[in-house]
Amino acid sequence: MRLINPDAIHQTVISAINYITYHPDPELTPILERALQNEDQEIPRDVIRTILDNHRLSPEIRIPLCQDTGTTVVFAELGCAVQLEEPLEISISRAVAAAQRALPLRASMVSDPLFSRTNTLDNSPAIVHLKIVEGDRLKLIIGQKGGGAENMSFLRMFNPTVGMDELIDYIAQAVVAAGSRPCPPLILGIGIGGNFETAPLLAKRALFEPLGRAHPNPKYQDVERRILEKVNAEGCGVQGFGGKNTVLAVHILEAPCHIASLPLAVNVECHAHRHIELEVSRETD
Amino acid sequence: MKQIKLQLPYIASACPVLAAGDKVLLSGIIYTARDQAHKRLLDLIRRGEPMPFDLSQTALFYCGPSPAAPGQICGAVGPTTSYRMDSYVSAMLEAGLRVMIGKGNRNPDTEALIHQSGALYLIAIGGVSAVLSQHIVSCETFLWPELGAEAVYRMYIEELPCYVGVV
Repeated sequence: MRLINPDAIHQTVISAINYITYHPDPELTPILERALQNEDQEIPRDVIRTILDNHRLSPEIRIPLCQDTGTTVVFAELGCAVQLEEPLEISISRAVAAAQRALPLRASMVSDPLFSRTNTLDNSPAIVHLKIVEGDRLKLIIGQKGGGAENMSFLRMFNPTVGMDELIDYIAQAVVAAGSRPCPPLILGIGIGGNFETAPLLAKRALFEPLGRAHPNPKYQDVERRILEKVNAEGCGVQGFGGKNTVLAVHILEAPCHIASLPLAVNVECHAHRHIELEVSRETD
Repeated sequence: MKQIKLQLPYIASACPVLAAGDKVLLSGIIYTARDQAHKRLLDLIRRGEPMPFDLSQTALFYCGPSPAAPGQICGAVGPTTSYRMDSYVSAMLEAGLRVMIGKGNRNPDTEALIHQSGALYLIAIGGVSAVLSQHIVSCETFLWPELGAEAVYRMYIEELPCYVGVV
């Protein structure tokens, strides 16, 4: 067994947040530069240039990319030969609170959703999804997810015999209906299969795939491409100002499902796409 | 691209003719207010109490800034999605509000209200906080500090880049 102490986890989470608060996904800048090349309308071009300016400026002046420094979402892959000293969620949430004070991040979490809506004042808790894997490592995929785009995400349980065209139309219409609200240009994480609780998890996890990667299965790759093209043909565009670039990338992840079901979840992500994958280092063991 | 410099307070008759999509560089004193601050402002209006500041002389910025690090004027600033404040717009306009800054489209009824009232809805770009922070000259907590990011902050802005959404 390998023992990983909470300090090692703490350091990893802090360094991740310290990076992603000021740096978007490294593929985002070149993708936006290409979007600027293919965009011919004046306002969307002006907006894309401003977003690119922001990528340069944010790390330089240490102002977060976006004032919504988000909910901290963590996908943890924990080797079965690892022993922890305390529950992982506790270690991670403590690190989020420390990062909130140190950077500082915006405190965007409330303790009770329906009644008091009292702010926790330190952006904790993080939302942690744990998967036990082979080996003796702990890998953390850490993202900051803004509220405006998350609000536009959706889940639908389709009939298993639904046609491909209907499925793609449904996704495209829902994204187009969201319009400027989720802060386009967007990234779409799509979970297909699993069940009522796992399809949205796949959708979230799909966001954190390498940006703009094509699905390894050419059939799914084709669906990703069709969704991208259909949404972009509708002309909502950057920040709702029109043009060709409502969506920059579509990532699908799929899973086995029940014979009666075809769950579909779409997690909508704004252009402030912030995530990183880190392994908790052995040096601090 | 044409850019129009606009100084608050906004008086439609004393201002160049604006059209949706025009780029505006906005200067003056503004106040942030998002979901919870709107709820509290509406409570004040319903109880017949005076507004804590003169809505007619300023703009409401749908924004919850991040805290400033030591030595910085402000933290990250940027618009939140405006449609969540749509149901408050009627009361705010009646209380004198002239200018709103946020992101995204309003619902059609709200757009009509803004238009008929001679008010102005400006769209700021979301997710470009470092750029927008360069246009904040001062920022202080003005009201309801217990709301944290949702408190009302008073900001002096200089040439904040926006686009006309509804006029």
